[in-house]
Amino acid sequence: MCTTCGCGTDAVTIDGKAHAHGHGAHEHDHPHDHDHDHDHGHVHGPGCGHDHAPAHSHAAGVPAERAVAVERAILAKNDAEANHNRRLFTRKGIFALNLVSSPGSGKTTLLCETIRRLAGEVPIAVVEGDQQTSHDADRIRAAGARAVQVNTGKGCHLDAHMVGHALEALEPAEASVLMIENVGNLVCPSAFDLGEAHKVVVLSVTEGEDKPLKYPDMFAAADLMILNKCDLLPYLSFDVAACLANARRVNPAIEILQVSATKGEGMDGWLDWIREGAGEARSRRVRAAAPGGCGGACTCA
Amino acid sequence: MHEMSIAESVLGIVEDTARREGFVRVTEVRLEIGALAAIEIEALRFCFEAVVHGSLAQGARLAIDGTPGTAWCFDCSKPVEVAARADPCPACGGSKLQVSGGTEMRVKDLVGA
Repeated sequence: MCTTCGCGTDAVTIDGKAHAHGHGAHEHDHPHDHDHDHDHGHVHGPGCGHDHAPAHSHAAGVPAERAVAVERAILAKNDAEANHNRRLFTRKGIFALNLVSSPGSGKTTLLCETIRRLAGEVPIAVVEGDQQTSHDADRIRAAGARAVQVNTGKGCHLDAHMVGHALEALEPAEASVLMIENVGNLVCPSAFDLGEAHKVVVLSVTEGEDKPLKYPDMFAAADLMILNKCDLLPYLSFDVAACLANARRVNPAIEILQVSATKGEGMDGWLDWIREGAGEARSRRVRAAAPGGCGGACTCA
Repeated sequence: MHEMSIAESVLGIVEDTARREGFVRVTEVRLEIGALAAIEIEALRFCFEAVVHGSLAQGARLAIDGTPGTAWCFDCSKPVEVAARADPCPACGGSKLQVSGGTEMRVKDLVGA
């Protein structure tokens, strides 16, 4: 564990390199303050050099226990780092998406196809999260986008701190789209904000229409569900209407697109959804750049 | 198994607080975990015991206060209590529910010396 900032990510590598900490290079959002507002109480112990009166009868060397209020969100640190990433995205007009799904839903194929179709129109950069291998980042680069591979080791999800480091290596362009492909896992990534504009959950029709009910937290956390591999529907007994109803049952506001990344069906709707979000991110950057337009997030006013 | 990350975050908060208070050991940590927070309590207990090993909170008792899941039922137009996200409305049996509470994950307080 990094003893400077406390990130417990020993096994994490970014493009194969150990997750190193040059604390000059990256800026942590968490404060490195060291409060010393406590009193240095006199700890009684053998050899403390003075006699204790008989009435002073607590056990030597054992200070009294006391309860203190903490009242802190457990993920406060992750959320602070996610907000740091989010401010970077706002400042640079980046539309950031966090793609989540079970392994094998077709996230990487969907991303590669998206990159090919938006080539020359919107710059796309990708953070690839996997426990092991750089296979996915290699596929993304072959499709024509810049990519950084984060290997989480035994970690089951990306957190905001890992993404912050990946962004230093990736340096996504102004007014670009950033796709963060999370570790394939329909449970754990739902709890961790990375600073993204939206979580996008990819579900493939080979997985079963009851997945939204079995893994409701992920579908509740997502703003968009992509039902992928729809070209396979004629060969399966998958009930599309039941699947969509299940997704809306755990998240009445969820948007849904039916897509086949390999055959191209439904891709236009997905690309339009990205174009719209990217356009909004660009216009927010323009507003943020105007004097006093930062909402107090910087010193521009 | 993100309970391991959650347990590590809890220990980070415990260590920060202990430093602030001048504690050399922590004997009890109390959390508030909502019913809809996607936390498996037994897994969290197991992970907590593992991550505090060798720290100033080794052997600390982990107390967990549960808070109920609440949701807004669009059919009843009122808040209702739910045990899980995909549960139907306990009043009308409908499924048009928007979760409104029960996702809390907080460190409430701790006992140390």
